[in-house]
Amino acid sequence: MTAQPAPESFTGSDELAGFVTMVDGNTAHIDLAVEGLRCAGCMAKLERGINALDGVSKARVNLTSKRMAVEWSGNNQTPASIINAVTGLGFKAYPFDPGRLEAAADAEGRSLLRALAVAGFAAANIMLLSVSVWSGNVTDITPETRDLFHMISALIALPAVAYSGQTFFGSALAALRAKSLNMDVPISLGVLLAVGMSLFQTFNHAHHAYFDSAVMLLFFLLIGRYLDHTMRRRTRDFAANLSALRAETATKLLANGEAKALPVSAIDPGDLVLVKPGERLAVDGIVETGVSEIDQSLVTGETVFARAEPGTAVYAGTLNQGGVLHVRVTAAGGGTLLDDVNRLLEKAFAVKNRYVALADRAARVYAPVVHTLSALTFIGWLALGAGWETSLITAIAVLIITCPCALGLAVPAVQVVATGRLFKAGILLNGGDALERLAGVDTIIFDKTGTLTLPDAVIADEQVVDSATLALAARLAVSSSHPLANALAAAYPDARPVEGAREEAGKGVAATLDGAELKLGSAALCGVGDKQRDAAQKAAGFASLIWFAREGADAVPIRIGQALRHDAAETVHALQAKGYAIEILSGDRQDIVDGVAADLGIASARGGLSPADKIARIEALKEEGHRVLMLGDGLNDAPALAAADVSMSPVTAVHLSQAAADAVFLGERLAPVVTALTVSKRARAIMGQNLWLAVIYNMVAVPVAIAGLVTPLIAALAMSGSSILVTTNALRARFAGGKA
Amino acid sequence: MSVLVYLIPAALLLGLAGLGAFMWALKSGQFDDLDGAANRVLRDDDLPEDQREHED
Repeated sequence: MTAQPAPESFTGSDELAGFVTMVDGNTAHIDLAVEGLRCAGCMAKLERGINALDGVSKARVNLTSKRMAVEWSGNNQTPASIINAVTGLGFKAYPFDPGRLEAAADAEGRSLLRALAVAGFAAANIMLLSVSVWSGNVTDITPETRDLFHMISALIALPAVAYSGQTFFGSALAALRAKSLNMDVPISLGVLLAVGMSLFQTFNHAHHAYFDSAVMLLFFLLIGRYLDHTMRRRTRDFAANLSALRAETATKLLANGEAKALPVSAIDPGDLVLVKPGERLAVDGIVETGVSEIDQSLVTGETVFARAEPGTAVYAGTLNQGGVLHVRVTAAGGGTLLDDVNRLLEKAFAVKNRYVALADRAARVYAPVVHTLSALTFIGWLALGAGWETSLITAIAVLIITCPCALGLAVPAVQVVATGRLFKAGILLNGGDALERLAGVDTIIFDKTGTLTLPDAVIADEQVVDSATLALAARLAVSSSHPLANALAAAYPDARPVEGAREEAGKGVAATLDGAELKLGSAALCGVGDKQRDAAQKAAGFASLIWFAREGADAVPIRIGQALRHDAAETVHALQAKGYAIEILSGDRQDIVDGVAADLGIASARGGLSPADKIARIEALKEEGHRVLMLGDGLNDAPALAAADVSMSPVTAVHLSQAAADAVFLGERLAPVVTALTVSKRARAIMGQNLWLAVIYNMVAVPVAIAGLVTPLIAALAMSGSSILVTTNALRARFAGGKA
Repeated sequence: MSVLVYLIPAALLLGLAGLGAFMWALKSGQFDDLDGAANRVLRDDDLPEDQREHED
C-alpha cells in the first residue's frame, strides 16, 4: 500500500481525508479501530453490514487486534459515511493514522514463526534418522548406513541451524561486543559446538552425532521466544488502538478560512488550529484569538482551571473548558512534550535500564560456571591419559547437556503465563521484566488527580442547592457540551432537555421554561459579581463551580469536583494490610491533597510538587533501600513513572505516561493494582522454583556428562524432560491472585 | 536396505511440502488473526437464509 494522499473524489471535502490511503488509482483504503467488537457474531454482522454498502469492495475485521480494513471505489462512500455505517451497526469506529500502521505488519513475529517452522521441520526429520541410528546401534546397523544417516542429518541440520539460529547468534554477538554475557551466548556456543562436533564425528565414522540435540534446542527456545513476542505484540496492538480511540486529530484553519481535521502527524509548527470547547489539545502552541479556561490537570495535576487568552502558551494533553481558541502551533506530532519533561524522562530511563533481569543474572552466573566445568572436564580427561579427541568430545558433551533449555524457558514461560493472566484482569504489561520488579516492591506512591480520583469530573456530594434545583439545572446541562455541564447532566440521566435551549460558547446555556428565563454557565452569564463568585469559590474548596440562575431568584453555584475511584479506599487498605508503605505525591495544592489523604487513611501526602520534586522524593526513597512502585497518569508524572523501580498508569493517562509506565490498567477501579502485585509475586516465586529445577537437573546431568556417559539419546531425553517440567510448573502462575 | 534410497527422500520431500505449505499460509496472512479465523469457520453466510443457524 502506498501512502499517497487520496484525491478529493474519495473523501468528499471530508475532515477525515488524512486517514485515507490509495491502494491503486481507483481504490481507497482506511483502517479503523473498532470498539465493542467482542464475539464472532459481531464480526459477521459488521462485515456483512459494511460489505453491503455501495462501492465497498472489501471489509475485513481482525478480531485479534479489534481492527477493520475497508476498501472502496467510486464516489458513493467517504470515511465519514463508513464510520457512520459502523455506528449504525452498534459499534464505535475510529480511524487509524496511517503513519502509525507501520508496526502492524509484525515483521519480527513472522520471521520468528518462519525460524520456528524450519527448526521444527529439521528437528522432526533428524529425530526420525536419529531414532533409527539409536536402535541400530543396539542391534545390527551397518557402519555405512549409520554414516549415511549422519550425513543426511548434517545436510538438514546445517542450513536449519544457520537459518533458525540467527536470532540467538546475533544477540550473542552483540552481547560479546558489549563485553557482557547473556543467555544467548551459552546457547549459541552450545549449538555451534554440538553441530561442529557432530560433523567431526560423522567424518570419523563415530557411533554418535548430536545434530538432533542442536536443532531440538533451537526449536524449544524459539517456542519460548515466539510466545514472548506474541505477548508483547498483543499489548502493543491494544495500546495503538487506544491512542486511535483518543482521536489524535487537530482542526487546522486553512488560509481561505476553511477548517479541516487532520491527524496530528500532518500538523506542522506555524499552522493555526481551531480548538473547540470540550476538546483536548493535540499540539503545543500560543493562543492567537479567543478566551477560555484550560484544564491542565493531566499536565500539572492541578485541578483549578488556568485562564487562557491571546499570548498564553497552551500544551498538548490539556482540555479546553471554555470558549473557542485559535492556537498557533509551536510543536506538534512527536515534539509536543515539554522539554523539561522530556529531559527528565530520558535521564530517568537511563537509571532504570540498570535493572538486570533475573534471566540475565542467572546467565551471568551460569555461563562462566558451565564453561569452566567443561574446560576442567577436558583437562581432567587429558590428565587421566585419554586422547585429546575423547577429552574434547566429553567436554563438548558437558556443554550440550547443560545447554540452557530449561534455563532458557524457566523465566519466559512464567512471564507469558503471568502476563496472560494479568491481561485477563485488565492489566497490560510493557515488558516481561516488569513482573520481577513489581514483585520486589515495598513502597507504593500514588499521584492524586486521575489516579486516585476518577479522570472525569463528577457532581460533588456536598451542595449548597437542593436537589430539585439540581434536577432543573441538569435539564439545561443536557444541551451543553461543556465538561462541567456534562458532569451535571451525567448525574441526572433522565433529564429532558428544555426546548429552545441555546448554548453560547464559552459562557453557558440559556432557555425559557414556563415563562421564566433559566441560565446555566459562568458567573458572568448569571449576573454574579466577582465578590460573590470569589466567596462561593472559597466555600467550595477545590470543587469547580457552575452557576445556575432562574429569573426572579438569586443565582446559585453548583459544585462539580473530582471524585475518588470507587474502590480507592478499599484498595489502599488492602495494600496497607499487605504491608506496603503508601504515599501520595501530587502537583495539586497541599490542602486538597491532605483532604484526600485523610479520606483514604494515608499518613504521608505531599502536594504542590513539580515533576523534579517527585523524582527527588522517589530517589530519596530508593536511596533508603526501598523499592518504589509509582502510579500516575499525567504528563507531570511521566518522569516520576520512569524514575521509580516500576510504574503503572490508568488507561486514561496521557500517551507519554503510558509509554513511560511498565503497566497500564483498564477500567475505573484501582483493584488491578492489588492483582498485579499478587500475580507478580507469585510469578517471581515460580521463576525462582524453575531456576532451581534447572539447577537440580544440571546437578544430576553434569556428573554423568563429565563421566563421559552421555549419549545423544540421554541428551535428547534430558533436554525435553527438563523443558516440559519447567513449562508445566510455569502454568501454575495462571491460578495466582484469585479468579481471572 | 536399498529401499532407503526411496524412503528417505520421500520422507524429506513430504516434510518439505509441509514446511512449504506453512510458509505459504504465513505469507498469505493466515496467522494474522487467529481469533477471527477460529470463528469464521463456523459462519454459514454461504447458506440460504432459512438454513442458517442463529447468529450473535
